[in-house]
Amino acid sequence: MTTLSILIPIALFLGGLGLASFLWALRSGQYEDLDGAAERILIDDEDDRPATS
Amino acid sequence: MSCCAPVAEGALAAAERPVVSAEELRLASRSLGGGVMQVELAVPDVHCGGCIHAVESTLSKLDGVLSARVNLSTRRVTIKYREGKLPPIVESLVSIGYPPHLFEEEGTKDAVLSELLWATGVAGFAAGNIMLLSVSVWSGAEAATRDLFHWISALIAIPALFYAGRIFFRSAWNAVLHGRTNMDVPISIGVILAYALSLYETIHSGPHAYFDGAVSLLFFLLIGRTLDHVMRNRARVAVTSLARLAPRGATVLHPDGSRDYVPLNEIEPGMVIAVAVGERIPVDGVVMEGSTDIDCSMATGESAPQPAQPGSDIRAGMLNLTHPITMKATAAAKDSFLAEMVRLMEAAESSRAAYRRLADRVSALYAPVVHLTALLTFIGWMIWSGGDWHLSITIAIAVLIITCPCALGLAVPMVQVVAARRLFEHGIMAKDGSAMERLANIDTAVFDKTGTLTVGEARLANAGEIDAEALAIAAALGARSNHPLSRAIAAAAPANTKPVQLAGITEQPGFGVEAKIGSSVYRLGRASWALSDDAAEGTVLARDGQLLASFRFENRLRQDAAEALEALRKRGIEVEIMSGDTRAQVEAIATKLGVTRYHAGVLPGEKAVRMAELAAEGRKVLMVGDGLNDAPALAAAYVSMAPATAADVGRNAADFVFLHESMNAVPFAHRVARRSGQLIRQNFGIAVVYNLIAVPIAILGYVTPLVAAVAMSGSSVIVVANALRLLRLGGGQKRSAAATARRASHKLQEVM
Repeated sequence: MTTLSILIPIALFLGGLGLASFLWALRSGQYEDLDGAAERILIDDEDDRPATS
Repeated sequence: MSCCAPVAEGALAAAERPVVSAEELRLASRSLGGGVMQVELAVPDVHCGGCIHAVESTLSKLDGVLSARVNLSTRRVTIKYREGKLPPIVESLVSIGYPPHLFEEEGTKDAVLSELLWATGVAGFAAGNIMLLSVSVWSGAEAATRDLFHWISALIAIPALFYAGRIFFRSAWNAVLHGRTNMDVPISIGVILAYALSLYETIHSGPHAYFDGAVSLLFFLLIGRTLDHVMRNRARVAVTSLARLAPRGATVLHPDGSRDYVPLNEIEPGMVIAVAVGERIPVDGVVMEGSTDIDCSMATGESAPQPAQPGSDIRAGMLNLTHPITMKATAAAKDSFLAEMVRLMEAAESSRAAYRRLADRVSALYAPVVHLTALLTFIGWMIWSGGDWHLSITIAIAVLIITCPCALGLAVPMVQVVAARRLFEHGIMAKDGSAMERLANIDTAVFDKTGTLTVGEARLANAGEIDAEALAIAAALGARSNHPLSRAIAAAAPANTKPVQLAGITEQPGFGVEAKIGSSVYRLGRASWALSDDAAEGTVLARDGQLLASFRFENRLRQDAAEALEALRKRGIEVEIMSGDTRAQVEAIATKLGVTRYHAGVLPGEKAVRMAELAAEGRKVLMVGDGLNDAPALAAAYVSMAPATAADVGRNAADFVFLHESMNAVPFAHRVARRSGQLIRQNFGIAVVYNLIAVPIAILGYVTPLVAAVAMSGSSVIVVANALRLLRLGGGQKRSAAATARRASHKLQEVM
């Protein structure tokens, strides 16, 4: 039981971390242009920040 | 330096491209505050990383531009610039081969999508963690440990149920309020009961809790719903990005001689408007000065350009071809021809029978059966166990949980998502899933002629019968005019013709072109003018009033039109042509395509009436049309399709919009729709078989959370896998295969 009381919070925290980073990525517009993101890595002098609009 | 500008994907390239004027750009810009303006433009020719780079670097070098960002998915560019002087954005985009255009403003960001994504994220998080705990319970966690796990699961499931589930609850509640049922009603009942039972069990230290099943069900369904929304949104964005054909405003000449660019809705009757060559007439009016030729194909369906002199009535949506004119507005935009079409459309839409989606019809059958089964199970167990409430309710709810239509909820959207993707790849935008269901059921297809079966440019039909020397002279004269028929003659001349020396060339708008060779006067144009004989008709070449050659024209058929109509007929679909053009023109095209049923000279209102007639005969009609005059019929038809070159209102009224020139889009869309109909029925079959197996187990009381989880996810996976079979449907357009290959080679060039 003692191991559980450590492991469960850790598991929940890591899951929450995943959820939070997904929601952050969503908010910062990283899913706005998936096709463009795939192409932009081929451009040499490119900044890859999401558009701020 | 644009690597792919010559790749003209879609029919847009063939159509006239309204280049955005500085005034229109200013109207479309909005202020971000602090002296910064932002404008968004559609750039349909952007295809790859090279294009992104070309557009962004060219624009950012312009004086006054703060930033330019291309979105490749939507083919748009967002430009921020300093207020004051407008940088030459449009000019520089045109010069590097990416002509931009404005698109319909569609409000702010997509709130529904972000709500769905957030809900999916939350449900995914909850499902993952609860499943983790459930695995421990299934593998034998006992007593206090199990209770602890159940409690933690319950705590995670509460927010997930309220946050992610509200999307279903809301839709179910709406349906119930209106006395209908949809798939969300049994889903909501199943989820809520599963949750309530599990909570009860948890409080009383019971062995079984279904939190995992309830939450993963929500997660799966939300994934399906999100994909569905994304697909539809993509189609909608693609359609709104198409070039607007209706003008945004017009240049008004004030009595004091000044001119002003005025937005369309501020134009009042009596205002004097200047219309340049290549512009559309903004509102209904009368020509005041200048003679020209007017292309009415979009407004009335007539393919031959009509002359217009001072005093001629002209209507909104017509295109000025050869000479600038000034006109006097006789109606405001809201009373113009276009507005009349919108009113006809609204009337047609309201009289059209509402279509009930397949999933809703199935759930109307499904829900009572399932809920009745659960009730009978409860009564049966009450009798059998001698009044054991707890046991009976537990088993009855287990029946509801196991029959909860997870597979059914996914059966329709998954297939439609895959189908919409298939269509998208072939340049066909489907507005929604119900359109696809309706397309699969059609038994009649009605085609408009001008702009749909035929494409804009006319072609010389009798080039072979004309004397070579006369043709050479006609071609030389024709090359000096913007009139489409002159262009066709110029294009028909053989390449090796020796040049003709012309002198004193003048164009008489509405009549033709005149020039001198030596001492003879040659005229190419209307017979009545060239031969000075009012009775003569047609287009001729004359020397000093003597007939040299007369020309006949035909409209070029849309690519693969004959093939497409044949494919439809082979499937037992009756094909009909309905056009506003003259009888002779319609007859010629109908004969060529082997269509026996055709109607000529049909007015816009009559088109919609004909749709209603066919519907009254019990026919399910697909209407394919492009003009303003087709818009009411598109709205009235059972299902409708429009090419990308269609008038704005027509495009918005149509259920499908196809971007490529090939007419094969119609049979292809029909084939995909029919195939997805089959797959949907198969999916329903799978769900029924699954229930036939699972329900007896549940009724007998053998269902544990493990069995429920395995059965639910198993059936969902089978349904999704079945939907993916649609990707293997072969065929489609050869053209787009070539386009894919071209794209691939661009990518390769980029890399190397």
